[in-house]
Amino acid sequence: MNFLNLIKIAIKAIRSNRFRSFLSMLGIIIGVAAVIIMMAIGQGSKESVRQNISQMGTNIIMIQPGTDMMRGGVRPDPSSMQTLKLEDYNALLESDLQFVSHMSPEVTASGQCIYGANNTSTTVYGESVEYLDIRQLEVTDGEMFTNDDIKKSSKVCVIGKTVATQLFPDGSDPIGKTIRFKSIPFKVVGVLKSKGYNSFGMDQDNLLIAPYTTVMKRIQAQTYFSSINCSALTEEVTDYAIDELTAKLRALHKLKDFAEDDFTIRSQQEMMDTMSSTMDMITIILVVAAAFSLLVAGIGIMNIMLVSVTERTKEIGLRMSVGARGFDISCQFLIESIMISLTGGIIGVLVGYFASILCSTLFMLPTSIPLWAIVVSFIVCTVIGIGFGYFPARKAAMMDPIEAIRYE
Amino acid sequence: MEENRKVVIELQNVKRDFKVGSETVHALRGVSFKIYEGEFVTIMGTSGSGKSTLLNQLGCLDTPTSGEYYLDGTSVREMSKSQRARLRNRKIGFVFQNYNLLAKTTAVENVELPLMYNSSYNASQRREAAIKALEAVGLADRLEHKSNQMSGGQMQRVAIARALVNNPAVILADEATGNLDTRTSFEVLVLFQKLHAEGRTIIFVTHNPEIAQYSSRNIMLRDGKIREDVINNNILSAAEALANLPKPQDD
Ligand SMILES: Nc1ncnc2c1ncn2[C@@H]1O[C@H](COP(=O)(O)OP(=O)(O)OP(=O)(O)O)[C@@H](O)[C@H]1O
Ligand SMILES: [Mg+2]
Repeated sequence: MNFLNLIKIAIKAIRSNRFRSFLSMLGIIIGVAAVIIMMAIGQGSKESVRQNISQMGTNIIMIQPGTDMMRGGVRPDPSSMQTLKLEDYNALLESDLQFVSHMSPEVTASGQCIYGANNTSTTVYGESVEYLDIRQLEVTDGEMFTNDDIKKSSKVCVIGKTVATQLFPDGSDPIGKTIRFKSIPFKVVGVLKSKGYNSFGMDQDNLLIAPYTTVMKRIQAQTYFSSINCSALTEEVTDYAIDELTAKLRALHKLKDFAEDDFTIRSQQEMMDTMSSTMDMITIILVVAAAFSLLVAGIGIMNIMLVSVTERTKEIGLRMSVGARGFDISCQFLIESIMISLTGGIIGVLVGYFASILCSTLFMLPTSIPLWAIVVSFIVCTVIGIGFGYFPARKAAMMDPIEAIRYE
Repeated sequence: MEENRKVVIELQNVKRDFKVGSETVHALRGVSFKIYEGEFVTIMGTSGSGKSTLLNQLGCLDTPTSGEYYLDGTSVREMSKSQRARLRNRKIGFVFQNYNLLAKTTAVENVELPLMYNSSYNASQRREAAIKALEAVGLADRLEHKSNQMSGGQMQRVAIARALVNNPAVILADEATGNLDTRTSFEVLVLFQKLHAEGRTIIFVTHNPEIAQYSSRNIMLRDGKIREDVINNNILSAAEALANLPKPQDD
């Protein structure tokens, strides 16, 4: 019996039991659709997170105080979080680092910001001038503060769009105005170009940037940094830059060879990878959960195929008596179960596709269906068809033609 | 009969035992005969005498416990299941008591069925052969009728066409008229006689002693053994018998 005829027989058998076939397909449809939706959401979120992070600049390197929590696991005491000193920064600045193009120490403080009767809660970032280059920020109105301002710890700042609209709701020009952050007056010298929200829902325009010296001395009264941000010359040399910084800082901190770093250096790339693999993990868990429903669906198909084989015992007997071999009979039933599960798979992919489009328009979830997920769905459905159709098909093939044809 | 005719079937002391629990049922207790090409043989016997068991041996659906069976010169006893399936496909045509047509399937498709398992036929050759066989049984005008749209007699004729389509060495019929009324039985019998006249070999199992008169040879079984094996030199015409039947009222 050739393949085309087997398919015709299978279609006929499926059509003559339309409702029953549909019910057993339903399991596959739901399972595949669930897998596709989970993948679409997982993949979509991952892509949008990656995009967001890479918008910030993929060559960013962050130096943070304290040993790597991911590696160490010991709860740090407060003094270990104060290892990035002003001297470190100055020393790094003076040493000529080959692979590092920009550097900006960071001290932050959160609090109320007031202008006249308007106020807003925001965060002030104490930075160097190079911060703009590292984060790829732009000052649209006015200007960035200068190195001179840093030297003098001037009370000047540039503000984000959100702060500008909160404090100057009438749309008046903030440049030259004096606002107060935690009752300390800052003269506004520039307004940043808007960056909008990031994928974690954080407003990237709700900030003040002031000279780090000013924030350290006048607001926080501290001598250490919460981090130092750098950018590598290019994305490709990020690892060299990290090595370079590590060696320099270890020397500055006079760490012995066996001692662990008392700081942690991470690249944006690394963060992105960590993030991606976390998302992958979540996606895998969701997909595995959905895949279990496919297993159940497969059992449903096996059940229906067993019924089908029993019902058609007489037909099997007839086919055998006119010359069908056991192999022909098992092919017939295998093709039928593959067709049920594959048709279910195709419908499931379509349902999953439209459902994920619906998800992204209705709930603003970013979705994206990888092509391989569709290919894998079809392969999995075929495997289910063969796997769960095998036993019923074998049962049919093993029948004795004499008994089968007498079956009523 | 002349011994130079071709032997289609040869049984040599064929025995078939069935184990039922701890007991053994001897369904065939040593059956030997030869059937020549072009014979129309009826096999008769009381219920349980082993007719169906014998026919299953002849049809290669079953193998003997002992003894030899040659179909068209090849020994069947040692054959594997799939070899026997192939043999049935090429050399045997079955006609059953209850027709055994595929449901919701047209006459042509039903007749094509054996050729579906023969890769030397393509779709159009299959259809052509099926139409020819249906014409031979007088159903040229019922090609696309589905099995549930036909009378018992028509269904049995489709089944006979299906048995003819592979041009078999022998046609095996088990109670082929058992489900039909007298008139339709005779119509089917006329058909078998026509096939006999065309030179086909037919083996026809029946309860009805009358039918033996229309065949060329009759084998009587009793208790798994051949009781009587007689050549009928005075074959009656089923067509005449049909003509002499009382006409149905609403004719
Ligand atoms: N599969 C089997 N298992 C056990 N015993 C069997 C089997 N098939 C047939 N027999 C036994 O073999 C004997 C012959 O049976 P068979 O069916 O050949 O009779 P038959 O002549 O065709 O009868 P009938 O005219 O009623 O159809 C019976 O005693 C029956 O019980
Ligand atoms: Mg019988």
